[in-house]
Amino acid sequence: MASLNEKVQDVFNEPACDKNQAKGEKERKKGCTKQLTPGAAAGGCAFDGAKIALQPITDVAHLVHGPIACEGNGWDNRGAKSSDSKLYRTGFTTDISELDVIYGGEKRLYKSIREVLEKYNPPAVFVYQTCVTALIGDDIEAVCKAATTKFGKPIIPINAPGFVGAKNLGNKLAGEALLEYVIGTEEPELTTPYDINIIGEYNLAGELWQIKPLLDELGIRILACISGDAKYKEVAYSHRAKAAMMVCSKAMINVARKMEERYNIPFFEGSFYGITDTSESLRQISKLLVQQGAAEDLLSRTEKLIFREETRAWEGINRYRAKLQGKKVLLITGGVKSWSVVSALQEGGMEIVGTSVKKSTDEDKDKIKELMGEDAHMFDDMRPRDMYAMLKECRADIMLSGGRSQFVALKVKMPWLDINQERHHAYAGYVGMVELVKQIEQALYHPVWAQVRKPAPWETEVSEVSEAKAA
Amino acid sequence: MAIVNTNHKACTVNPLKMSQPIGAALAFMGLNNCMPTLHGSQGCTSFGLVLFVRHFREMIPMQTTAMNEVNTILGGMENIEQAIVNIWERTKPAVIGLASTGLTETKGDDVNAYIKLIRAKHPELADTAIVYASTPDYVGAFQDGWSKAAVCIIQETAEPCQVKQVNRVNVLPGSHLTPADIDEIREIIESFGLFAVFIPDISGSLDGHIPEDFTPTTLGGTTVLELRTMGAARATIAIGEQMHAAAIELEMKTGVPYTMFDRLTGLDANDNFVQFLSKLSGKPVALKYRRQRSQLQDAMLDAHFYTGGKKIAIGAEPDLLWSLGSFLSEMGCELAAVVTTTQSPLLEKMPAEEVLIGDLEDLEMRAKDCDLLITHSHGRQMAERLHIPFLRFGIPTFDRLGAAHKLTVGYRGTKELAFELANTFLAEDHEATPDSWRETFQEINTEVASEAQTTCASNGSCSSCN
Repeated sequence: MASLNEKVQDVFNEPACDKNQAKGEKERKKGCTKQLTPGAAAGGCAFDGAKIALQPITDVAHLVHGPIACEGNGWDNRGAKSSDSKLYRTGFTTDISELDVIYGGEKRLYKSIREVLEKYNPPAVFVYQTCVTALIGDDIEAVCKAATTKFGKPIIPINAPGFVGAKNLGNKLAGEALLEYVIGTEEPELTTPYDINIIGEYNLAGELWQIKPLLDELGIRILACISGDAKYKEVAYSHRAKAAMMVCSKAMINVARKMEERYNIPFFEGSFYGITDTSESLRQISKLLVQQGAAEDLLSRTEKLIFREETRAWEGINRYRAKLQGKKVLLITGGVKSWSVVSALQEGGMEIVGTSVKKSTDEDKDKIKELMGEDAHMFDDMRPRDMYAMLKECRADIMLSGGRSQFVALKVKMPWLDINQERHHAYAGYVGMVELVKQIEQALYHPVWAQVRKPAPWETEVSEVSEAKAA
Repeated sequence: MAIVNTNHKACTVNPLKMSQPIGAALAFMGLNNCMPTLHGSQGCTSFGLVLFVRHFREMIPMQTTAMNEVNTILGGMENIEQAIVNIWERTKPAVIGLASTGLTETKGDDVNAYIKLIRAKHPELADTAIVYASTPDYVGAFQDGWSKAAVCIIQETAEPCQVKQVNRVNVLPGSHLTPADIDEIREIIESFGLFAVFIPDISGSLDGHIPEDFTPTTLGGTTVLELRTMGAARATIAIGEQMHAAAIELEMKTGVPYTMFDRLTGLDANDNFVQFLSKLSGKPVALKYRRQRSQLQDAMLDAHFYTGGKKIAIGAEPDLLWSLGSFLSEMGCELAAVVTTTQSPLLEKMPAEEVLIGDLEDLEMRAKDCDLLITHSHGRQMAERLHIPFLRFGIPTFDRLGAAHKLTVGYRGTKELAFELANTFLAEDHEATPDSWRETFQEINTEVASEAQTTCASNGSCSSCN
């Protein structure tokens, strides 16, 4: 069994990642996340990343082996939706005590697994390693192995303690665990030439369900979505798919690439954000399936569907276009995801006045330039203070970002829209893009802005006095 | 009087508890121009940050020493040094509040020694207060972290003062008090011509106001000057048992005598508080509060019809549990299922048969026949499954707005709470149907039968005890 360190090196050496391959030998070893600066760092840890990637598997018990912080401080806080089991929203943790730290927590973990199986009877248990239990040397792989033998159910170790790196590394280590212990362990009842996997889609706010009707109409079956709204067995037999789509940029590229190597499942990287991107992804899926032996008419049926849906989506967006024309948008996201949103916003007539490129490479930046023009404002690491200034001076009309920076916008009384993990609205596919544009329009023209921006009457009337005082 | 039990499960299911470091971080957020920093891996801070953002719906300043595998083993001195220097350069805070985590406590970092060495090396930090609290994740719970941070703030900053401020009182609020609660307490104290300094004071920093400019650190709270002059006050008021240690510490360091108030929710509790303030200040109780007291009496009378005999399932940290639980009992409710997070001397005084230190799974199992569920937002799944009304109290409250403005102290806050409780039961009131009483008769029959059995059983166990 490969040590955690070897595994980390392995995911850093990703042949399917063009960015990774462009790096030198030494640089590659450092991995794809920048070294963190103490006192000036943000973002989740590897454990957080692993949990984000796997928790959407709905019928599995997700058991966190560590002190209360890792589960207690943040459970049931993500918007991944389920069409069936709700077990994934139950918080399981060994909540280790001081004595466990001294004597080791393996026994408590083993007993916990037994309790979970007895009480909740899930098809599998995922056991997450954390910093403290890794540091004291709890061997979760050994415990899981013993428990699997004893209880006759798959108990899967997810070895991604927080201190090995950032969220993005955790995503990949989670993928490794699926490859090592889950994928290929079961067989589907039947297969069709129209079976695909969608890798790296978490069904946040139910976005998968904005796409599924389109695929259903084309007769394409999602054999497994890894991991949004997935069941354990679906992931376990996902190796029988004919083709795969990898979404959410590079988060699970190792899963897609290794499934291609091991099971000959060709994949492409696509996105369901934006009209053009959605169409392109549907085309790619059909092309790959036909290439793998599906009937040729799939291609023309796909084109027909794309034509119909695009027309409808454009009609939907055009209703807002007049009011959105020329509006300036500040886009702060995790990086690569920006592209797909950029083109979508441009479709709505808006202008992107700036975007964050914290996680993007030079090549990504070229692509953004291509989309936004040479004078695109790209910010490497935009501090909240700079966002604040930019909005306060009205260089942007609205900010789209993740939940943590929303108050930067709200405190300057500027519109803001959540486009990150915790968002409540689904923005995928054709309907999603119309929804996004509608939400932007609603945010920009909300009556609240005029009211809250108006100063108190006593402030305007005595302003000269107070200014004189201040001076 | 209650029997205090701890559950004997290996696996915690649906945690009620949160960890110490973020409790400490919240206390540091009540200091002005402060940067709360967790000494641990970046995830420790990230989880806490997300939790507070979702609860308060505010920008949350919180940093990390970003420990990785290697420097955890080698010791975190360099990371703490870099973190302090970086924070100082980027945000120039008046206070840096450091709290350790499970990770660095397992390794055993001697942070107090590190800080001494760092101070010697960086004279530029002389004007920045650095407060360190040792808060391992695997010991205690959220309110313990808050309590420890409060003690450390006092140890670090309080000093005896020769010059006294006759009208000044220090107030040490527990973590169960919201910004609105703190504002209300301040107003009551001020009505006696006293002025109150809260340590810490999240009403300044997390009450959801719109500042004029961007601040990367906390934007309000107790100032360093106020901390340094705690010794000038004539009295200290501690609210919540968790502040007892801090109150003792403050008295020992400065000689300012303290008075404990275990809660400020309920008629009796507030009478004691207001009477104390009146004696302290030598001033009569203001008309406003006499009026409010009378309104509360009236509200309690109006509400008692609906709250009497109701069975409550409640999960909360000890001090919040004590405040809410005591008042519920005073309103005639039965605390049928009581779960909390950590030890406290108050637990055995709870007006319930049993208080369990456990999780929400334990509460769910005990809550089946209850009329109302009270816990933080994580009770939402349970409430759905049990089909009983659910009131959200405590941190985190992430699926309702206004958590910072929820008021349950003073005559006014108690009145609001009485109405909220009664209204919840009123909303559940079912119209009578021709069969309502038929069902009741059937129930009585079965109850009588089952009661006969339980009486037998309890008699049996009693005699065996003897």
